[in-house]
Parts: sequence; structure tokens; C-alpha cells
Amino acid sequence: MIAIIDYKAGNLTSVARAVTYLGFTCAVTNDIQTIRRAQRIIFPGVGAAGAAMNSLKQLGLDEVLVEQAAAGKPILGICIGTQVIMHHSAENDTRCLGLVPGRVVAFPAGLAGENGRPLKIPHMGWNRIQIQTDHPFLAGIRPEDEFYFVHSYYPIPDDPACVLATTDYGLSFTAVIGQDNLVATQFHLEKSGRPGLRMLTNFCIWKPSA
Amino acid sequence: MLSKRIIPCLDVRDGRTTKGVRFKDNVDIGDPVAMARFYYEEGADEIVFYDITASHERRGIMIDVVRRVAETIFIPFSVGGGIRTLEDMREVLLAGAEKVSINSAAVRHPDLIAQGAEAFGSQCVVLGMDVKRVRPSAAIRSGYEVVINGGRTPMGIDALEWALRAVKLGAGEICLNSIDADGTQEGYETNLTSLISGQVRIPVIASGGAGKPEHLRDVLTAGRADAALIASMVHYGSYPISEIKSYLSRCGIRVRQSW
Repeated sequence: MIAIIDYKAGNLTSVARAVTYLGFTCAVTNDIQTIRRAQRIIFPGVGAAGAAMNSLKQLGLDEVLVEQAAAGKPILGICIGTQVIMHHSAENDTRCLGLVPGRVVAFPAGLAGENGRPLKIPHMGWNRIQIQTDHPFLAGIRPEDEFYFVHSYYPIPDDPACVLATTDYGLSFTAVIGQDNLVATQFHLEKSGRPGLRMLTNFCIWKPSA
Repeated sequence: MLSKRIIPCLDVRDGRTTKGVRFKDNVDIGDPVAMARFYYEEGADEIVFYDITASHERRGIMIDVVRRVAETIFIPFSVGGGIRTLEDMREVLLAGAEKVSINSAAVRHPDLIAQGAEAFGSQCVVLGMDVKRVRPSAAIRSGYEVVINGGRTPMGIDALEWALRAVKLGAGEICLNSIDADGTQEGYETNLTSLISGQVRIPVIASGGAGKPEHLRDVLTAGRADAALIASMVHYGSYPISEIKSYLSRCGIRVRQSW
């Protein structure tokens, strides 16, 4: 069973629907025992980092996530989930879970596109990723595949070896993170059509090597 | 760099699509769930459902459609039409839509935009605008006026000013429909689209007037649109989405071509 962490951060049903569609069993839950029993954990979310961290703390889920990450369970972060696993987010000046050393920053003002016109923020829509490090999570992903993003902040891991893929939007930022038993995407893989579902399947069958 | 989005729009009445005749061999004609799946597989980047159900009592049917669509397609989709309250918005989002589109109700009660953005996040709140060309005046300097009730009621509000105000209130995206171009299949209102899109810092979806791929090319370049809504030209069968995208790509416009 895959536990999809429910911490009142937006619509989590779309992740559950995608996992179910792929034939895996999942539960949307904030029950600590259920999370401990799960074989895998998905940590999704939309909204703001500050609100997300507050909900996690109120539900006692911050400690469980740290504990489960240390125990080696496969964990997938999505969007805000990917930001909250870092040490710190500039959004609401939030101290985060610290599972991955690094920080989360806002897109700077004044970014321009190839035509010189100002880029719109949030970065919203379909964009490609450039794979930087091969990883089972990215198996079958092609250079022309695109993914659905909606965000104004992005993560900067301290260790470049954690950067599995980057995306260009006025600057190059980290779109996929991988560290030990943890993978995370800034985009919504559950809303990214076939390539996103492929990545989700990759996670559901992934065996992090010791 | 972001791809330009191509977004089919389905008008749904009492749980059935009201246009749509290209689906003879593939799916039940007029079933919005099957049509959404068809467009998803054909490369649509997003789908818009517009609920034109006449009576409030039958809105539950639409919610059921939304729920079934969410189980079948794995790209974003939005729902609009008859959304009046925060509770209406919540219902649609909980059923599985990514975004909800508000139009007349937002003009009557602009605070609905702010409340929606606060409750669900700006990325969920699409401002639908119906706009008509008028003679520029002191009140409507841009020469484009906001109309509501499906284009029947002019509001004496300047479209550009309304768009800028909606952004401040927290709208995450604008779906900009030209009443003049709508249904003509003679091309989008490129001037209007470029005027609004050049001034707001949120994405603008151009709507109304698409009849052939050249129209999309124009509105996505000169019109500065981030996305283009299409209806008749895909429903009535002249152009598969993949073909439209190949054409745009040949014109040098970045579109998503792998799905």
C-alpha cells in the first residue's frame, strides 16, 4: 500500500486517482500508523510552504516523515511536497523538513524569454526537463517529453549530485531531485499525461539500492 | 521555455456535450467523458468544460461528469459556467478539476476572485471574460467592453481595466473570449488578446473565432496568447489536434508534441 499524505494542502485526490489508475493500491491518509505500515509514501501538495509546514506540524506528520525517510522507505515529493523536504523556503520564511540539504527561492523579477518579453510568474504550463543524472525514476523519459508545472518558487539542493533533472524558464532550475530513498518533482507528474504516469509507475516499483 | 497550450472546449448540457460529431467510430457521440479521453489521447494540453445546464437543480450531473473525467484523463482541466459562490467552486475542485472558471459572478461580486484565490490558491481561479468591441469613450478607453450573461448584458466596464483589477484580486489566469469573433471561425480577436496579454502578468487563453490552424498561429504570436481555446474546428472534424500542433511547430511555435 502507498500512503498519500493528507495534510490539507490542496486537492490530493488527483494523485490518488492516478496511482489507482496505474493499478497500485493507495490510501489518502494522515494516520501515523497507516503511514508507518505503508510500503511507500507520496508527499504531494499545492499551496504555500508556510501553511503546509504548519499543517504537518499540527498533525504530527513532520516527525513521521523524517523518521520514515531515515528508515529508508521510498518517498516521492510533488510540487510543494518537493519544496517542503528542503531545509528552508523563502516563501513565508519557512523552516522546512530538512530531508534534503538546500533551500527554496522565488523566481527573480525581471526574467525575460527568448523574445525579450517578460516571463510570467507563476511558471505555469508544460515544459521539458533536461536529465542530469540517470536514475530508475527517470527510466523511459525522453528529451521531448513535457511536464505540467505551476509554481513561483523552486528548490536549490546544496549537493549538485541530488539534481536529477533541470528545467529552463528564464534560468535553469532543479525540476527533479533524488537522494537515497527519496525522489521529488517540482512539476505535477499526476497531471503530465503519459510521461508523468510513466514516472509515477517508476516510483511505484522502485527499489532504492542500499 | 513553456509550450503554448492547445485547449479544446466542451459545452456540456445536462451531462451531454452539445457539439461534437467527429466521434462516430471511437466513442459515444456527445459523452463528455469519452470526448475528454479522446482529446487527451490526441494531445490536448488541457481541457475546458463549460456547463450550460439551465437549471441549478441539475448541477449534480455536471459534478458527476467532472468526477468521471478526473478518473480518465491525467492532464489539467477546468470547469466553468454558472459558478456563483465559493461553495460552487469548492464542489468542482473537490470533484477533481484543477481550475474553476468564473465569469458573470466575478463581475457582479469581484470579491469572489479574492475569496477563491485565498481558499484554493490563485492557480485554481480562472477569470472568464466575455468582451465586445465598442467605440472608445471616457468610460471604455480601450474600446473593449465587458459583457456578461453569455454576451447579452453590457456592463460599461473597460475590459483592460477589469483584467488588471482581477489580477490584483488574485486571478491566476484569464480566459479571454471575444463576442465579436465567437462562432465566426474567421480568426481570434488578435488585437484584443495582445492588448490584455501584454499588460497582465498572468497567462491569457485566447477564445473565440478559431477556424483553422493559421488562426492559432496568429493569436499565439502577434496576439501574445499563452494558450488557445478551440471548439468547432476540432469537434466538427476538420483538424485533429496533432495536426494543428504539427503545423504550429513548423511555424516555429513551441508546442508539446510528445504525449
